[in-house]
Amino acid sequence: MSNTAFDTAVQSECLDTLLHVRFPAKVDRIKLIRPGIERSARMCGLAPDSSRDVVLAVDEACQNIIVHGYQSDNGGEIELTLIRYSTGIVVELRDRAPIVDPSTIRHRALNDIQPGKLGSYLMHAIMDRVEYFLAPGGGNLLRMYKRKEGTT
Amino acid sequence: MTETVAQITNRRVVHLAGEIDLEHAPQVRKVLLGAVEEGRMILVDMAEVEYIDSSGIACLIEALQKARAISADLALIAVNPQAMRVLALARLDTVFAIHNDLTSAVQAAS
Repeated sequence: MSNTAFDTAVQSECLDTLLHVRFPAKVDRIKLIRPGIERSARMCGLAPDSSRDVVLAVDEACQNIIVHGYQSDNGGEIELTLIRYSTGIVVELRDRAPIVDPSTIRHRALNDIQPGKLGSYLMHAIMDRVEYFLAPGGGNLLRMYKRKEGTT
Repeated sequence: MTETVAQITNRRVVHLAGEIDLEHAPQVRKVLLGAVEEGRMILVDMAEVEYIDSSGIACLIEALQKARAISADLALIAVNPQAMRVLALARLDTVFAIHNDLTSAVQAAS
C-alpha cells in the first residue's frame, strides 16, 4: 500500500514492512499492539522517547477510528502496518468505517484546555506528517510518518 | 489500572496506577470527579501511572475545571517522566500545579 505524493513528501527510501496486523476495533485491544509499535520504532532508529511518542500517536489514531469511525460499534476491524524507511517509520492504519472527510477533522487550539479534541492534536504534535486517504477497495487509510533524529 | 482514594487531613489524595487509557478513562473520571465533590484540596498521585493517553488527560482536565468552578484546588504529584512528556506534548504541563511529592504539595498549599 503506497501513495506517491506521500512517499515523495517523505523523501526517503522504503526498506521493509516490520509489522502487519489486523485486530478488532475495541478499546481493550489497543494495548496488545503497543509493545510491537515501540519495538518497531526503535528498529527504525528512533530514540526511546520518540518511540513511545509514536505509540501514543498510533493509540490516539486507533481511538479516533473506534470512537468516531466505528461509533464504538464492536464489529469493526483495524489494519495496522509499520514500514521501515531509511529516515524513519511510516504507520498505516486502515479501517472500514464510513468514509471520513479529512477537512472535518478538527483538533484543539494551543490555548484550549477543554477535555476533547486532544487526540488528533497529539497525533499532529508527535508525527512529522499525517495524511488521510481513501483506501483502495474502500474504507479509510491514515498514513503517518515520524522522522528519526538526525535526519532531514 | 487501579485507583485508591485516601483522606489526609483535609486533602483527598487519589492514587492512580497502571494504564490510564480509553478503556479505563470512565473509571478514572468517576473517581476524580467524586474526589472533587468531596474535598476542597485534591491531590492526584501519578507516580505509578505507566501510560496515559488523551482520554486520561481529558479526565484530569475535566476534574481541574470542576475543581476551579467550585473554588477547590487540584494538583498533580509525583508525575513520572513518561506522563510528564504527554502533558508537555499537550502543552498542559503549565496548566496543572505539579509537585514532586505529597510533602511539597502540602507545603505549597499551606
